[in-house]
Amino acid sequence: MKNNHNNGKAKKFGMVIDLDKCTGCGSCMVACMSENNVPFKADETDKRLSITWMLVYKLNNGKSHPDYDECYLPRPCMQCEGDHGHSPCVSVCPAVATDYSHETGIVSQIYTRCFGCRYCMAACPYHARYFNWWDPAWPADMEKYLSPNVSPRMRGIVEKCGFCFHRYQLAMDKAYYEGRDELEEGEYQTSCTQACPAGAIVFGDLNNPKHAVHKIALPDSKHGGRPKNPNAFRLLERLGTNPKVYYLSSRKWVRDSGDNYRPDEK
Amino acid sequence: MSASDDKLQEGATDSAINAVSRNHEKNEQADNAGGIVILFFIIGLAASMIVGWIVFPKLLYSQKDQPISFSHAIHNLEVEDGCESCHFFREDGTFSGVPKLEQCIDCHEEVQGESADEAYFVEEYVNKGREVPWLIYSRQPDCVFFSHAAHVKKGEMECNTCHGPIEDSDNLKPYQENRLTGVSRDIWGYNIGGFKKNIWDRMKMDDCAECHKKSLGVKDACFVCHK
Repeated sequence: MKNNHNNGKAKKFGMVIDLDKCTGCGSCMVACMSENNVPFKADETDKRLSITWMLVYKLNNGKSHPDYDECYLPRPCMQCEGDHGHSPCVSVCPAVATDYSHETGIVSQIYTRCFGCRYCMAACPYHARYFNWWDPAWPADMEKYLSPNVSPRMRGIVEKCGFCFHRYQLAMDKAYYEGRDELEEGEYQTSCTQACPAGAIVFGDLNNPKHAVHKIALPDSKHGGRPKNPNAFRLLERLGTNPKVYYLSSRKWVRDSGDNYRPDEK
Repeated sequence: MSASDDKLQEGATDSAINAVSRNHEKNEQADNAGGIVILFFIIGLAASMIVGWIVFPKLLYSQKDQPISFSHAIHNLEVEDGCESCHFFREDGTFSGVPKLEQCIDCHEEVQGESADEAYFVEEYVNKGREVPWLIYSRQPDCVFFSHAAHVKKGEMECNTCHGPIEDSDNLKPYQENRLTGVSRDIWGYNIGGFKKNIWDRMKMDDCAECHKKSLGVKDACFVCHK
């Protein structure tokens, strides 16, 4: 290979989720499961065992009618950058099965390398990682519907959202074929972004000022990407995990529920 | 000294002589035993070498012939664009890999030459509209993402850098499949000792990494090639 494929500018793929637009319909969860060959159980009622790379939480302001208000919060993997790639899960993995890519800013999970110690699950402050207690079992013929671009996981290993990294790979294939090194904003989008009927999820390169995610969140590169948009916040900002998923809300109680503030604080 | 004492002494000398000769015999036996141990060790070593290097690979790999015989050499003379005539990129940048019947029919709608194999191919597959169940030597395991576009278009590599001089081959070698993993032997390599002379002898992760390290100068992230 003559050319160095790392010569392009480093990307930092990220997401902005507008919680004022989210209706909690769960389309992102469904799209994610089918896109990424996420297995399901015969009985999905036990939520401790179900695997949901993208999970919609329901929050409320704790007040009673007429002051009651609620909000849905979709939670993918936050792809924490931490301090220069020192994400909580990456730093505890003894097998280098999960790694921070400085090229794309995505935290990878290599299923064939993971041996299931689950340190990363303990380390992840967002509960974004899931353990396969059983081998996946799809009902008859459903295996034929699986995406060939995503490797199904076996029992005994951990899996998580990877911002549909296979879509990045395919988009890069097309770019290389056309003699380009850079992607257009629309060429690489996660399945949850495209599935959201409310358009609440926006995806793109946080390092690229032309991309919508950058324009909305206004990440402050001097402070680990902390949003300069007053309506934007990140989950558990004070942990210093520097997630690449930003949330937007015009409601203060929603923004405040993004971190563990004491009642007397602020 | 009494007569009985004499007798005793005589007896003692006798027994001493006996003991010496017995010891001598024992030493001889021990020498023989050592030889036998070494002999059996060599036989055992040879047997395990034969089992490990010849019998085990035979057991580990099942061998299948391709459904029909095929000559890359003949086809390469007939086509215009070299490998990309049949193994082409699709417009979305993905690689088509082994051609489908659709590509074969472009030329082989009717029998072209004299060969009985071709006549069989046209009769059995073209006329009946059946896909040829080719066995793919270079199919990687499910966890691997390989981008032909990145290597051939971006990296400007030649096909035979990794696939070897396949364009000159007159027939298809038997396909060997690992009975445990279901992966083609071309991935692990044919040399049971793990030695390789050419780049195309093996297609393991280490072989990919070796070249990436050499040409890119960096250790790539796992996600570059895994999915």
